[in-house]
Amino acid sequence: MKLIKKLWMLVLLMPAMAIASEGGPQLDKAPGSLKDMASLQRGAQFFTANCLACHSASYMRYNRLMDIGMSEEEVKKMLPEGSKLGSTMQAAMDAASAKAAFGVAPPDLSVEARARGTDWLYTYLRSFYADSTRPSGVNNLVFPGVGMPNVLGGMQGEQQLQVENHEGHEVKMLKLVNPGSMTTEQYNATVADLVNYLDFMSEPSKLVRYKLGYIVLGFLFLLLLLTYALKKEFWKEIH
Amino acid sequence: MKMLKNLVGWVDDRFPLLDTWKEHLSEYYAPKNFNFWYFFGSLSLLVLVIQILSGIFLTMSYKPDALLAFGSVEYIMRDVQWGWLLRYIHSTGASMFFVVVYLHIFRGMIYGSYRKPRELLWIIGVVIYLALMAEAFMGYLLPWGQMSFWGAQVIVNLFSSVPFIGPDLSVLIRGDYVISDATLNRFFALHVIAVPLVLVGIVFVHIVALHKVGSNNPDGIEIKKNKGPDGHPLDGIPFHPYYTVKDIVAVVAFLMVFSAIVFFAPDMGGYFLEANNFIPANPMQTPPHIAPVWYFTPYYAILRAVPPMFGSQFPGVIAMGIGAIGIVFLPWLDRGKVKSIRYRGPIYKIFLALFVISFIGLGYLGMMPVTPTYTLISRVLSVVYFAFFILMPWYTKIDKCKPEPDRVTFK
Repeated sequence: MKLIKKLWMLVLLMPAMAIASEGGPQLDKAPGSLKDMASLQRGAQFFTANCLACHSASYMRYNRLMDIGMSEEEVKKMLPEGSKLGSTMQAAMDAASAKAAFGVAPPDLSVEARARGTDWLYTYLRSFYADSTRPSGVNNLVFPGVGMPNVLGGMQGEQQLQVENHEGHEVKMLKLVNPGSMTTEQYNATVADLVNYLDFMSEPSKLVRYKLGYIVLGFLFLLLLLTYALKKEFWKEIH
Repeated sequence: MKMLKNLVGWVDDRFPLLDTWKEHLSEYYAPKNFNFWYFFGSLSLLVLVIQILSGIFLTMSYKPDALLAFGSVEYIMRDVQWGWLLRYIHSTGASMFFVVVYLHIFRGMIYGSYRKPRELLWIIGVVIYLALMAEAFMGYLLPWGQMSFWGAQVIVNLFSSVPFIGPDLSVLIRGDYVISDATLNRFFALHVIAVPLVLVGIVFVHIVALHKVGSNNPDGIEIKKNKGPDGHPLDGIPFHPYYTVKDIVAVVAFLMVFSAIVFFAPDMGGYFLEANNFIPANPMQTPPHIAPVWYFTPYYAILRAVPPMFGSQFPGVIAMGIGAIGIVFLPWLDRGKVKSIRYRGPIYKIFLALFVISFIGLGYLGMMPVTPTYTLISRVLSVVYFAFFILMPWYTKIDKCKPEPDRVTFK
C-alpha cells in the first residue's frame, strides 16, 4: 500500500515536471483580473477602436459586453454602421485585402487568448522592435517574423533589440529609443486591460462559471455528509 | 401502495421484474471487504451515462461540417443556454472516463481479478477499453481545431503503414486522401451512434458476466467457498442496499472532483483541452508539436520508441497495438499461487511497480517533443513495459507467496 501511495505522489507531480521542462522565451505575467470590470471595459473600448480595424472576433456578439457591466446605451455607441446589438464583431478591413497588405490574413481573435495564453499576448504586444530586414520594419521577440505591423508603436514608442552576453548566455533585451505618446507604465496598463478583455472574450461564460462552481461544490459537500451518514447507518449491522 | 403492488404484480406476471431485481441487486451477494479501488467500476458506468446524456444535447447544436464545426462549438460555448456547461461536462467526462477506467483496470491487476473464473469478464473489459479508445479518438476530431485535425492525420496515417492493404485502409477510414469533411462526417456518425451502441451493449454483457462469476475482492479468495445454511456466502452482503449506499458516497465525492474541474479548470492546464485546439483546423499549416491527448500518450511513446525497420513504421504500430491490449493476456501469463497483491511475494511487487513507472513515464514522454535523450528513455521504458508481460509466467511462478486466509479480512 505504501508503494501505491508513493506512485500516486509521482502521478500528482507529473504536471509540475512538464511545466518545468518547457522552453521558449521568458513570458511576462499578464496582470489582469476578470473581476476588474473597469479594466475589462477599458479593454473592450480599446479593442473595438483599434484591433477591429483588421481583426475580427466573429464569435463575439456586441451585447455580451453587457456582461462586463456596460449599459445598452454604451454598447450601442460602439456599434459600427449597419450592426445591431446582437451582431458579431467583424473586421473593418476585408480578409482578402488584409492578406494582400500584410502577407497573411489577420487571425480572428475570438478565442486567441485560449490559443496563445494571456501571458503570451501580454508579452507579445510589448515586444515589437525595429528591424529593417522586415517589410513592416518591425520584428517581435516572442513571434519572430511576425506579419503584423507595430500598430501600437505610436503609443509605446520605438524599441531596439540589444543582445548582451552574460557568461556565455545570449540575453535579448529591448530598449525604448524613441518615446511614444504614452509612458511605459501607461502603455503596459493599456495592454494589460486589452489582454484582460481578450481573456474575457475568449470565454464569456468564465464570469458565471466560477460563481456557479462554488454553489455546486457547496451543495455536493452537504450531499456528501448526508450520503456518508446514510452509508454509516446501513453498514452498522455488517461485522 | 396497494395499487403500486398490483401494478408490479401485473408487470411481474409478464416480465421477470422481481427476479431481475433480486438477481442483480437485492440478492446479488458481493464480498463485504471491498475497498477504495472497488469504486471505479460503478464510477465508469456513471461517466458513461454522463457522456451519453451530455452528448445528446451537444449533438442538437453541433454541426459536423468542416466549414461550420469549429464555429458551432463556439456557438455552443457562447449562445446555447448552458451550452458551455454541457461542453465542459463532455470534455471533462472524456478524460475522467480514462482516469476511472485506468484505475479500474489497475484494481483488476493488483487483486488478480482476471484469474479463473473471470477470464471472459476480463476479455470483455478489454474490448470495452478498445471501444472507448475508438470513441475518444473520433470524438476528438469533432471540435475541428488544429490538434483535432493533425492528431487524426497522424493516427490514421499509422494505418497506411500496414503492409499491402495499408494505403487503401487509410483511405477507407478517412473517406478521402486527407482528413477532410468526409472524415469529419463519418467520425461524427461513428462517435454518436455506432460506438456508443457497442459500448452500452458490451458494458451490459460485462455486468452480466460479472454477476455470473461473482465479484473478486482485495483478498483474492472466493467467497462462494464458504456458504451459510441459507446458501448465501458468509462473507457476502446483498449489493442493495449495502453497496448502493456505499457507491452513492463515492459518486458524490467523484462529482465533487468532476465539478471542480468543470467549473474551475476545464482545460486542466492544457491536458484535457489543448490550447492549439482553439485554432481552427488548417490543412496547410502543420503545428510545430503534435501530441495526442494524455490518455493515449503511453502508447504513442511506444510507437515513437520503436525504430523503423525495413523502411517501415509498421513494427512500431504493432508494438503500440500490443502495448494497448497486452493486458488481455494476463489470465494466461500469471502463474502465481495467489491472486491478490496482499499475499504476493516481493518479486511480483517490484515488477508491478516498474510497470506502473514505465506506463506513467511513457505517458509523460509521449507528450514531449522527440530528443535523443527522451527517445533513449522511451526505449528503456518500453522494454520494461513489455518485460512485465513477457516475464510474467516466470516471475509469478518463482515468487514466494504468503498463505491466503480462509475468510476475507474485514476490520
